[in-house]
Amino acid sequence: MTTEVGSETDVKKEPEKVPEAQHQTDPVQTDQPDKPADSDAQPVASAAQPEESRSAEPESPQEESSSPDPSSPPATGGQKKEKGISRFLPPWLKRQKSQSQDQASESAEQPQSLSPKEEEEESEPKAQPDGAGAAPNTEKTEEEKEEKQESRPEEVQLEENEKEEEKSVGSADTQPVREEKEAESEVKERKEEKKEEEQVIQQETSVLSPLRLNKKMKMVVCHVTLLDGSQFSCEVEKRAKGQYLFFEVCEHLNLIEKDYFGLSFKDNAEQRCWLDPTKEIKRQIRNSQWQFAFSVKFYPPDPSQLTEDITRYLLCLQLRQDIASGRLPCSFVTHALLGSYSLQAELGDYDPEEHRLDYISDLQFAPNQTKELEEKVVELHKSHRGMTPAQADAQFLENAKKLSMYGVDLHHAKDSEGVDIMLGVCANGLLIYKDRLRINRFAWPKILKISYKRSNFYIKIRPGEAEQFESTVGFKLPNHRAAKRVWKVCVEHHTFFRLMSPENPTKSKFLTLGSKFRYSGRTQAQTRQASSLIDRPAPYFQRTSSKRISRSLDGAPMVNVSDYSHAVDSALTAGAGENGPALDLNSDSKSPQVEVVEKPDTDVATSVTYESAIEQTDKGGTGAPERKSLEEELTSLFLSKACFSGLAGSCSTTAAPAEVPQKSPPHPESDSRDASKSTEVKPEVNGQPEFIEVVEETVVIEEVIKAKPRSPAPETPVTVETEVKEDRSLSSDSESEEEEAEYHAQTPSASISVQQIEEEPEEEQELIQQAPPSVVELQPITEAEPADSAPSAEEEQATAQPEEEECTDKDDAPNGHAPAAEAPPPLRAVEEEPPVVNGSVSRVEAELLPQVICCSEPPVVKTEMVTISDTFAAQKTEISTKEVPIVHTETKTITYEAAQLDGNGDGEPGVLMTAQTITSESLCTTTTTHITKTLKGGLSETRIEKRIVITGDSDIDHDQALAQAIKEAKEQHPDMSVTRVVVHKETELAEDED
Amino acid sequence: MMSAFGRFTHAVVRAVPRSLATEALRTGSLGELDLPRAQQEHELYVSVLKQRLGLEVLELPADEALPDCVFVEDAAVVCGDTALITRPGAESRRNETVAMKDALTKLGLNIVEMTDESATLDGGDVLFTGREFFVGLSKRTNQRGAEILADAFKDYAVSMVPVQGYLHLKSFCSMAGPDLIAIGSSEAAQKALKIMQQMSDHKYDKLTVPDDLAANCIYMNLPGKGDVLLHCTPEEFPESVKVFEKLKDHMLIPVSNHEKVKVDGALTCCSVLVCKSSV
Repeated sequence: MTTEVGSETDVKKEPEKVPEAQHQTDPVQTDQPDKPADSDAQPVASAAQPEESRSAEPESPQEESSSPDPSSPPATGGQKKEKGISRFLPPWLKRQKSQSQDQASESAEQPQSLSPKEEEEESEPKAQPDGAGAAPNTEKTEEEKEEKQESRPEEVQLEENEKEEEKSVGSADTQPVREEKEAESEVKERKEEKKEEEQVIQQETSVLSPLRLNKKMKMVVCHVTLLDGSQFSCEVEKRAKGQYLFFEVCEHLNLIEKDYFGLSFKDNAEQRCWLDPTKEIKRQIRNSQWQFAFSVKFYPPDPSQLTEDITRYLLCLQLRQDIASGRLPCSFVTHALLGSYSLQAELGDYDPEEHRLDYISDLQFAPNQTKELEEKVVELHKSHRGMTPAQADAQFLENAKKLSMYGVDLHHAKDSEGVDIMLGVCANGLLIYKDRLRINRFAWPKILKISYKRSNFYIKIRPGEAEQFESTVGFKLPNHRAAKRVWKVCVEHHTFFRLMSPENPTKSKFLTLGSKFRYSGRTQAQTRQASSLIDRPAPYFQRTSSKRISRSLDGAPMVNVSDYSHAVDSALTAGAGENGPALDLNSDSKSPQVEVVEKPDTDVATSVTYESAIEQTDKGGTGAPERKSLEEELTSLFLSKACFSGLAGSCSTTAAPAEVPQKSPPHPESDSRDASKSTEVKPEVNGQPEFIEVVEETVVIEEVIKAKPRSPAPETPVTVETEVKEDRSLSSDSESEEEEAEYHAQTPSASISVQQIEEEPEEEQELIQQAPPSVVELQPITEAEPADSAPSAEEEQATAQPEEEECTDKDDAPNGHAPAAEAPPPLRAVEEEPPVVNGSVSRVEAELLPQVICCSEPPVVKTEMVTISDTFAAQKTEISTKEVPIVHTETKTITYEAAQLDGNGDGEPGVLMTAQTITSESLCTTTTTHITKTLKGGLSETRIEKRIVITGDSDIDHDQALAQAIKEAKEQHPDMSVTRVVVHKETELAEDED
Repeated sequence: MMSAFGRFTHAVVRAVPRSLATEALRTGSLGELDLPRAQQEHELYVSVLKQRLGLEVLELPADEALPDCVFVEDAAVVCGDTALITRPGAESRRNETVAMKDALTKLGLNIVEMTDESATLDGGDVLFTGREFFVGLSKRTNQRGAEILADAFKDYAVSMVPVQGYLHLKSFCSMAGPDLIAIGSSEAAQKALKIMQQMSDHKYDKLTVPDDLAANCIYMNLPGKGDVLLHCTPEEFPESVKVFEKLKDHMLIPVSNHEKVKVDGALTCCSVLVCKSSV
């Protein structure tokens, strides 16, 4: 079997670049989320030096290479996005998207080609073949995308590559790619040779190939404990991403349905953490050893729906562990029954001569195994005569899945009263346990938002029938990392089990700064679909968990060798693309730069940006955690208000068509669309896919508050300025450091939920739409000349209203073609450029005019409002949740407004698809980005409003900071045009509090 | 490991002591209990289990020192082949478990005893749906008792449901079929149902009856008889009976509980049902 796959892949690789790309696209979709994660780490860097990074990116293919499939992932990411979105989008939209995606893919390819083109190509093809097989549906879209890609932005790609290189160690990256390719090729060949030998060969190849590469690359040996207790070692490049290792393991296991699994490691605190496939391994494990465990991450509620027996077998192994360790409690009878099925699966029929009573004494069926239990196990074993191993596994799972704690991931916590409880994250939602009692349960549909701040974990609950307001429930985790861990697990589970497709972190894309984590892999619905396409003979595998000689009844005389067939490798790689597109993407996503590249593509880019943004915020959070916390609280308050208003607005404005868009509202436009589309198209799978907004907010509410006091009208603008804080300075590992994050869950299908979710966005949209006016109003109030801006505090508000059909596309597009050029001028832009560039011309203008923050693509209208105000850290830090800071200031506001290309933006109410607010924070600047996507007359309009608060004392060059901010904005959203820039300078006369 | 819901082979009951009329605990004031009628009522109840349904009935003798001993449900919770001997919330009822333990031991069940001095649990507060347990937190049952129950039946989720205004959780609800919860119409009952629905991953159907007390019925799934439901009589709750009568596929058996209700006795209270075939 495996051999066949391998051969196919080989053939396809070279000649079928296009198909590959298509395949990749599938993975990309899933990858996208991953990418964001990757970007998290990178984003910081990108934020700090967006231009540079971009320029570096072309060179950076190395980074890509460093990741398991660096070259392929980026492309795949772009493609994937396209696929997901494209499916549901009108043809013209698809084209655009595809173009963007294509661009991304091209970019990836190009960079590779620059140095290791051949290698890259090879790697891509490898991934592609699998993907093609897995996701035929996407092929068409992929093709389109590819075509588009070809036409497109190689330049961008190059830039991105360069960026990547800069960010990461470039030279090494390229080599890894080669290695991978080589390894793959080797593997393939060997597969062809002999399946039996394949296992050995694979290992060798993995080792050998790395060695070859090692010359330049630093290789590290990873030790992975497999579910049967055996160890798998493989060498990876030091900067490799998690997905690379994961794919290696899956290949070794001959596992195609890999989306249910993951790799974990123990952090310094001995806590089990999931290895994020989209991020560099090294950054995640930090100082820990390169020791990992392969295990089930998402327990399928109905294992019978798994396609392959090998997948079920691995799930059984995991559950045996869970049971033996006591993690999965069950009764005596259940222990006995499950144990008997395990025996039947491993040993076959009970044989009185061969199986004496002690034949099971060395096997563990329960945490506290008694002789009585063993006797019962044997007794039941006798009754399973004739059952094949696969049947026994199936029976095992049918019984295990009924256990109440099946698939429940428990986390220690305390409730608001300090009582010890357990938080259980499962497929259906969040369970609250006190001791062994379930004391509460929050199904995903009931949860509007998931967030964490410091060591606190919050869920916002949808109001009940009789309730008017949503409530927030908070839990205290042992520490910040624990809180983040729960949050991430929730985000992942919600996405995997509840959504049709992963949310794209599009919104975050806008801001490189905002930190957002999202599950980038496939959802259960997607993996099921992909699994349905698996077309390979059931792979042989040996049930060796007990290390006993098994006489399998599976049918074919099983030779041990068969289990791990290398031939599968090729299939796996392909499958990986299909099943775990995210993984592939992850490698790309490693560097925020990559994200940028992808951004042009739209979906991919967006996702990446989110990640980066997240990381940045995290970093920022670390830097000034206290501030953030305060700010966050404030923001939350603010948001809620917005929601209410938004609801009303949304309800009025949204018509039937709006539903879909509404569903996704807060989140990235692309996501929402996808989700809505997905929901519409395939509602069956998940029923009602919910979109939970994952927003890691380091929101500066302070700004908002300040604004209110300042001018009466500011509220609207304030609301509009959902804040995303970008921490430029933060470049460290984002993961651990994200202090806060929010994840909004939205149920597309549920109108109520959607509305609520949308509410926030709606308001934002309203604000945005109105924003121009509001801004104007504000301006008059405090209008001053930019010159007035006192060094101490300057508020600059630049609002751009580019309209794009697909925000994501726009977002992606921003790759920052012009970033470098733009960077310097920012100040100018703010002051001098006052005339905002129109959306249509956005790119050029943006480049020319650093001031322009928003970019608009022809089809889509995007609006960005960038508000730069100086609010200070002091305020932030000082502001307590309940206190309303009052600052006496002199304010001057200057507004630059570009002729609005798209009347749509302001004129038609449109339907709010998504709204997103991202806040990022750096040392002296706080950037809040509010992204809303509105559907108007078939066109989707994305507006990005950024409020950048530059705080600083005399020692800060506000002009420069502003320039930088504008530059970054342009870079981030190259496709968008800046429609308005408002500079509001505020000089504090005195710092005061209430 | 889990037999079909409602499948029973044995029933444990206990005779009515004379002290029931005078010394039994009671929360309401529904009038004086007519002992002879109560005994007759109980005999009818047992005969339904024995003759009508063909269950093997283990009848324990009455103990005059235990006026409430007829309500055997509170003394034990049986699920599968495991029996949890409870620690009744009422001090005067603690000794009821002795005979129950012996009886269940005879039936070959795995006995788990609630030895924790701080734990209390009445079987009347335990609703087993076939998929999970709901435990009412009442005056008779505390959290510790529920924890021990959860420990005894590890396969199942155990959720807590606050009970207010009634003696037991099953004073206003019970299972009327697989995944079908019979529930009273009162605010308290509906509130409890909402909590149960929220706490469960499973979606249950509900059968709402006008009278809370009528919501206590006994569902069985017996070979050769199919769905069987013992419910209140038209004399007691005419409106509620009309609701039960809508269950076309059930074998409906009205059983009078006119007297025992005066001392908070319900249909489920008077028997502990066991399925031994699974062992």
